[in-house]
Amino acid sequence: MSETNKLNRRRVVADLLADRGDLLVVTGLGSPTYDCAAAGDHPLNFYLWGAMGSSLTVGLGLALAQPKRRVLVLTGDGEILMGLGAIATVAVKKPHNLAIGVIDNEHYGETGMQRTHTGSGVDLAGIATMSGFAKAVTVRETAGLGDAFTMLRSAPGPVLAVFKVAAEKDPLVLPTWDGPALKLRFREALLGTKTAA
Amino acid sequence: MSAPTLETSRREQGVAERGRYQDWPDQIFQKLQEADIRHVAYVPDAGHSRLIRLCHDAAHMKTTVLTTEEEGIGLIAGAWLGGERGVLLMQSSGVGNCINTLSLAKVCGFPLLMLVTMRGEWGEINPWQVPMGQITADNLRLAGATVYEVREPADAAPAVEAAGRIAFNGGLTAAVLLSQRMLGTKLFKD
Repeated sequence: MSETNKLNRRRVVADLLADRGDLLVVTGLGSPTYDCAAAGDHPLNFYLWGAMGSSLTVGLGLALAQPKRRVLVLTGDGEILMGLGAIATVAVKKPHNLAIGVIDNEHYGETGMQRTHTGSGVDLAGIATMSGFAKAVTVRETAGLGDAFTMLRSAPGPVLAVFKVAAEKDPLVLPTWDGPALKLRFREALLGTKTAA
Repeated sequence: MSAPTLETSRREQGVAERGRYQDWPDQIFQKLQEADIRHVAYVPDAGHSRLIRLCHDAAHMKTTVLTTEEEGIGLIAGAWLGGERGVLLMQSSGVGNCINTLSLAKVCGFPLLMLVTMRGEWGEINPWQVPMGQITADNLRLAGATVYEVREPADAAPAVEAAGRIAFNGGLTAAVLLSQRMLGTKLFKD
């Protein structure tokens, strides 16, 4: 439970995205979007600022359209809980290039730190495993981070890692929320300027 | 026997016309191919069953079954980010599930083509379908969609073509509603 969660979310995300290469990243609304921006803005980051529960499905559509590129969804426990059925949909589609990192602080960080179900024992990695993911793990200690990063970056998907992080408020690092701008720069960086518009 | 009146001959002509367009799902499928749709996401409906089979059989189309309709909005936005066009099929009850997620398509200008088979709209015998069926078109319009309400089989494919053009050329949400008059009524009989 949260009292014992020690991982620092900003450090986890910064280390995961270090040397990201040509990784495509989709973030769930709230703190994962800020964590990702804090690690360094990038045209191949697509930040969700709303549509709660949609990060997995945006990542799935992208991964199926771009089977040669690695796609990483970074989201929070509250966001993924709102679209829990999407874990089943991803599991059934079996995208080999899709990885999901859940930054799990067991709280709704945007709305006053109310508890989410993961703080009451709901096991997201267990749900992913039993749904048919290739692999899913929960990481509580820094010692487990390296293997989880390797899995998210290169293991055959779909894979999911839950990072149990401390429920702390980090300084806000806000990327743009201009939706058309985020969409266009992502498509330009991925597809080239001719097909982007 | 008296000669057919003008009215009966018109009626017969109408019946013949309807018969000619009874393969409207095939005609919609043709329009989806012409629009280069590569991803078909759906929560099934009996009214879409033929179109769904055609899409499953098309080698160049991916098909994804959703647990709830709003998953399709994210999926098709992601496909567009990756350079692919998609379409979302659902029953009118599913439109209610989509409302907040439609903001993703609207705020980013993602093209979103939705084909919606109606329940609770014409000859429905299950009253539980009526509340959502009666507010489907208004809800879509309130959420920013351009809505094409189709009552005649002959209008189905042209409406899909028009809606697809609006969606993909304009980065807009366009929904084609297919009336229960075309689909028939679920009778709850073996």
